[in-house]
Amino acid sequence: MLPLFIVIPIIASLAIAATGKTFKRLSETLSLASALSLCLLSLQALKTVITRDVIIYNVGGWAQPLGITMFCDGLSVFFLVLVNCLALLLLMYSVSYMESSRYKARYYFFFLMLVAGLNGVILSGDLFNAFVFMELSLIASYVLASFGLDSENFEASFKYAVMGSVSSILILFAIALIYSKTSSLSYAAIAESQLRYGAPGFFTLLIVLITVGFGVKVTLVPFHAWVPDAYSSAPSPVSALYSGAVSKVLGIYMVLRLFFNVIGTTPAILNLTASLGVLSIIVGVTLALYQWDFKRLLSYHSISQIGYIMLGIGLGTPLGLLGALFHLLNHTVFKSLLFLNAGSVERATGKRNLHDLGGLAKKLPVTGSTSMVASLSISGVPPFNGFWSKFLIILACINAHSYWFALFAALGSILTLASFLKIQRYVFHGYLRDAFAGIKESPLFMTIPMIILALLCIFMGILLLPGLDSNFLGLALNVLQHGREHFSLIAGLPK
Amino acid sequence: MEYILCVVLFCVGFYAVMAKKNLIKIVIGVAVMGYAINLFLLLAGFRMNSEAPIITGDMYGFRPVDPLAQAMVLAAVVTGLAVTLLLTALSIKLYEKYGTFDINEIKKLKG
Repeated sequence: MLPLFIVIPIIASLAIAATGKTFKRLSETLSLASALSLCLLSLQALKTVITRDVIIYNVGGWAQPLGITMFCDGLSVFFLVLVNCLALLLLMYSVSYMESSRYKARYYFFFLMLVAGLNGVILSGDLFNAFVFMELSLIASYVLASFGLDSENFEASFKYAVMGSVSSILILFAIALIYSKTSSLSYAAIAESQLRYGAPGFFTLLIVLITVGFGVKVTLVPFHAWVPDAYSSAPSPVSALYSGAVSKVLGIYMVLRLFFNVIGTTPAILNLTASLGVLSIIVGVTLALYQWDFKRLLSYHSISQIGYIMLGIGLGTPLGLLGALFHLLNHTVFKSLLFLNAGSVERATGKRNLHDLGGLAKKLPVTGSTSMVASLSISGVPPFNGFWSKFLIILACINAHSYWFALFAALGSILTLASFLKIQRYVFHGYLRDAFAGIKESPLFMTIPMIILALLCIFMGILLLPGLDSNFLGLALNVLQHGREHFSLIAGLPK
Repeated sequence: MEYILCVVLFCVGFYAVMAKKNLIKIVIGVAVMGYAINLFLLLAGFRMNSEAPIITGDMYGFRPVDPLAQAMVLAAVVTGLAVTLLLTALSIKLYEKYGTFDINEIKKLKG
C-alpha cells in the first residue's frame, strides 16, 4: 500500500502532462480522482497503524541492509493524513480558482509532483531517499511560486530557489557527515549506531547544519527572508499548501524525526529550538502588524504560528509535544482557510491591498463568515481549535518553569488578535466601495473547501477528548516519546 | 588535505551566493557549493590503494571503494542539475522582465 502514495500522484501528473492540452477537462478530473484516492488511502493507513502500529514495505523485496525501506508509523501517518486530505481540498478549490489560467495542465502537473514528493519524504525510511524526495517537492514548489508569470513572481521564485537549494546543500553535507560516521543511511541503523557508540565528535557541527538547513524549510526567523515573497506570489491554493504542508513536512517532520528518533536531542538543542521559536513568534507577528498586503500579512503570521510549534517542540515535555503536534494540525487548517479566503477575495475584486478593500462581508457571505471563524481560531479565542493548542503550549511552558517563554507566547497571541481585527475591519466590514457593487460569491467548488475547513476549526477541539486523543495525536506523540529506541521497538524493522 | 580543499571550495561558493550582485554568479555559486559537497561525499567513501567496486568472482583480498557514496553523488548531481537549470531559466526570465542581472535593481518585493 505504501508505494501507492508516491506512484498514484506521479502517474496522474505524467498523464496530465501528456494529455492536458488535447482534453480540456481531463486534468481536473484526473487530479481530483488521484487526490481522492490518496485521501482514502491515507485514512486506510491510519486505520492500519492504529491496529498494527507500523506498516513496512521493502522496495523490490530487498530487506533493510541492502534495499530501500518505506515505513509508516504513528508520526508518519499523522503527516500523511494531513497532507493528503489538505491536497484534496486544495485541488477542489483549484478547479474554480485556476479556471481561467492558460497553463492549467502544468499547474496540476506540478501540484501533484509536489504532493508525491511530500508523501515520499514522509514514508522513506532512510536519509538519502528522503533527501531526493525533498528535492523533487522543492523543485515543484519553486516552479509553482513563479506561476503568475509576472516580474514579482520570478523574483520571489529565484529568491526561494537560491535559499532552498543552499539549505538543501547544507542538509546533504549533514547526511554525508552522518554517513561517514555510521556507514549507513537508514534511520534505524543510524539510531542504533548512535546508541551504541555515543554521539560523534562533530555532533555540534551536525546540529548547526541541521538547524540552519531545516530552519530555512521550517521558516524560522533568521532564515525567513523568502517566506513572504514566495507565499504571496504563488496562487492561493499553493500558498495554502506551502504553509499547510510543505513547511510542515520538509521542515517540522524531518526535524522531529531526526532530533527525536535518529540523532537524539540534548537540552542545549531543545533550548535553541525553543528560543528560535519564541523569536519567530514575536518577529513574525510584529512584521505582520505593519503589513497591508493580505497574503504577505498571512505569510508573516505563518512564521509566527510555526514559532509556537517549535516552542512546543523545544520544551520537549510530553505536554509541550502534544501541544506542538495539535497546533501543527490546527495551523494547517486555519491558515489554509485564510489563504483560501484571500484567494477568494482576490478573485472577486482583483485586489490584495487592505486599503483598497472593505465591506465585503455582505457581498461574499461565505468567505466573510469562514474568515471570521479562521481569524478567531488563529488568535486563540476559546471555543475554536487554535485556543486549545496555544493553551496547551503555554501550559507546558509554565510546567517547565519557562515563564518568559509563556509570557512571549501569550503576548504573541494578543498581537495576532490585533492584526486579524485589522483584516476583519478593512476587508470584510466597514464601507463597501462602489467598484465592488457587482461582485458575486465564489462558485461552489471554492466555497465547499472553505466551509469544510471552517467546520474543522470549530470542532477540532474534540480531538483532545480522552479516547480520541490516543488515536491520532497520541500515536504520533508515542513515537516521539520512544526516542532513539523507537526503531528497535518497531517489530520487523531489522536493526 | 583533500578535506581542506573541499571546505575552501564550499566557502568560494558560499561567498559567491552571499556577496555577488549578479544573478548568474549566484547561480554558479550554488552549483560550486553543490560540487564541494559531492566531492566530500566521494572522499568519505574513498579508500587508499583500493579497486573499483566490481565483484569479479574472487573475493579474497578484495578492497573496493564504497560504491554507495558514488551512487549518492550521482543522484545529488542529477538533482543539482535540475536546480541549476531552473535557476538559469528564472534568471533569463528576470532579465527579460527587468533588463538587468543586477540584484540591486531587482527589488519590487519589499517589507
